[in-house]
Amino acid sequence: MSTVLGEARSYRISWFALIFAALGSVVLLLIVAPLLALVLSSSFGELSQAAADAEVTQSIRLTLAAALAATLICTLAGVPLSYVLARKKFCGKTALLAIIDLPIIIPHSAAGIALLTVIGRRSLLGSMTGGLMGSATGIAVAMAFVSVPFLINAARAGFLAVPERLEKAARSLGASPWRVFFTISLPMAWRDILSGMVLMWARGISEFGAVIIIAYHPMTTPVMVFQRFNDYGLAYARSVAVLLIIICVAIFVVVRFLARRPTQEAQNA
Amino acid sequence: MLELESLCKRLGLFTIAELNLRLNPGEYFVLLGPSGEGKTVLIEMVAGFMAPDAGRILCEGQDITTSPPEARDFAVVYQDYALFPHLTVAGNIAYGLRARGVKSREAAGRIRALAETLGIAALLNRHTGALSGGEQQRVALARALAPRPRMLLLDEPLAAVDVGLRARLRHELRRIHQHTGTTFLHVTHDPDDALYLADRIGVMLGGCIRQVATPEELFRSPSHPEVAEFLGMRNIMTVDSASQGICRAGGVEIHAALADESISHMWIKPEEILLSRQPFDSSARNQFRCTVEEWENSGPLLAVRISSGALSLTALVTYESFNVLGIDVGTELYCTFKSSAVHCF
Repeated sequence: MSTVLGEARSYRISWFALIFAALGSVVLLLIVAPLLALVLSSSFGELSQAAADAEVTQSIRLTLAAALAATLICTLAGVPLSYVLARKKFCGKTALLAIIDLPIIIPHSAAGIALLTVIGRRSLLGSMTGGLMGSATGIAVAMAFVSVPFLINAARAGFLAVPERLEKAARSLGASPWRVFFTISLPMAWRDILSGMVLMWARGISEFGAVIIIAYHPMTTPVMVFQRFNDYGLAYARSVAVLLIIICVAIFVVVRFLARRPTQEAQNA
Repeated sequence: MLELESLCKRLGLFTIAELNLRLNPGEYFVLLGPSGEGKTVLIEMVAGFMAPDAGRILCEGQDITTSPPEARDFAVVYQDYALFPHLTVAGNIAYGLRARGVKSREAAGRIRALAETLGIAALLNRHTGALSGGEQQRVALARALAPRPRMLLLDEPLAAVDVGLRARLRHELRRIHQHTGTTFLHVTHDPDDALYLADRIGVMLGGCIRQVATPEELFRSPSHPEVAEFLGMRNIMTVDSASQGICRAGGVEIHAALADESISHMWIKPEEILLSRQPFDSSARNQFRCTVEEWENSGPLLAVRISSGALSLTALVTYESFNVLGIDVGTELYCTFKSSAVHCF
């Protein structure tokens, strides 16, 4: 036994590690297998054909843009709310946190119906705007409704991770609450906020249930995948789906890369 | 400089009641008290992060009880220093200067001067993550001092560092205080910190200030046995009666060099009590028979509690003496100490 204990240990396979790894791979397989199968089953020709289809590209553009608009507007309005939820104690806070999570738990088709009663033609808001049904704005509203909790929760976690003492120290150095927010809290929480935005955006892009109730036309890409599957079959739906997945993953990877935390060495290099 | 008038705050389990305190301009004031006695709450109220339930806070005669923290011009230094991790050392020091609208040329000069004084000039472009504890403290001090605040509030700034560094940082704090002439309000639970740093010490026990005095005064004449005990004094006894050089406690007559009619308590360092099997002649004026009540380990020494009549004392002995004397519960011994070992207050 000339090896040090640590080395000897690393060669021994424990049942603990084995079983945990086996269980973990079931979950991984569940996520990776369908995606991989989908991408591998579609040919390059099929994809390029879909990419050249003006209907498809327009739908993808609409989907990305509507989800982005929803995300940006909700970020502007939601980040201050997240900050308040992270910092302040007030009565009814628990209830407020529960309300923010509501869109996650209610069925999205039901959410769509609920939205209709507010922005539909016969509603007050709808009569003022001429009805948001079947419009890009309506689609963005539906996307915002179902995806905003992801943004709020991520941003709140980001602000919670900023020690309050830092803000207090800054106040004592003469900074107003505004200044503290923009020079301490926001710069320290931006990675979480950005990852919340990406989550919200991705969730918005993928929304089907609420969107299809607000607008069948103009057609967002998830609706188009459904429609083509229904009307023309798997092959037609597949290429559109793959195209959307590739675009989403690419954006996801880029943003994750931009928001990666610098390592200690990199900071002091 | 700073005046606290009948400050009250009830928070959870403890209460600060009718607290009055007055700080002189430029002094190093240490608020000393055990943890969980409301020292931090007091700092939070002075800094403006927490409103008192009643009472007033005045600074230079002006009522600042309801002023927001940024308007008070008191910089806080926290136990963990609370450096801004996303800024460089220079960025940290510049923070208060920018917030107070100091012109960038003047700010650069002040940052350089402070960095020189504190010996952190070489660190200015570094990020705060890789600084040692001592460096962090110096950066935190530089950051707090840069906007030239009216007062520095230090919340246990030495609690997080180990013993060796602690002595050095203490020295550094003292030097910086002398160098800047700013008023320092420092809260700590460590009597050594207070003794070394303070111009005046306020002892806070049970949510109120029990005594305010210079370190010398405080250790010479603590106002109350509880204060004395917190300062590390042991074998504190209530004196029944006293006259010049002699006092009676627990039915035993004790020679005390500094005793007079005015004293009410006395204490004896446990290290200064000698235990022996037989009585012996010496210059020590106090010697009497006693019985061992109990004993326990006390670091490198053993604490032996002895009693004589109603008097109960603790003596510290080495393991060797313990064995040589064959000490056990009930052992009959003689205890001896000099009259100068008896401190009175």
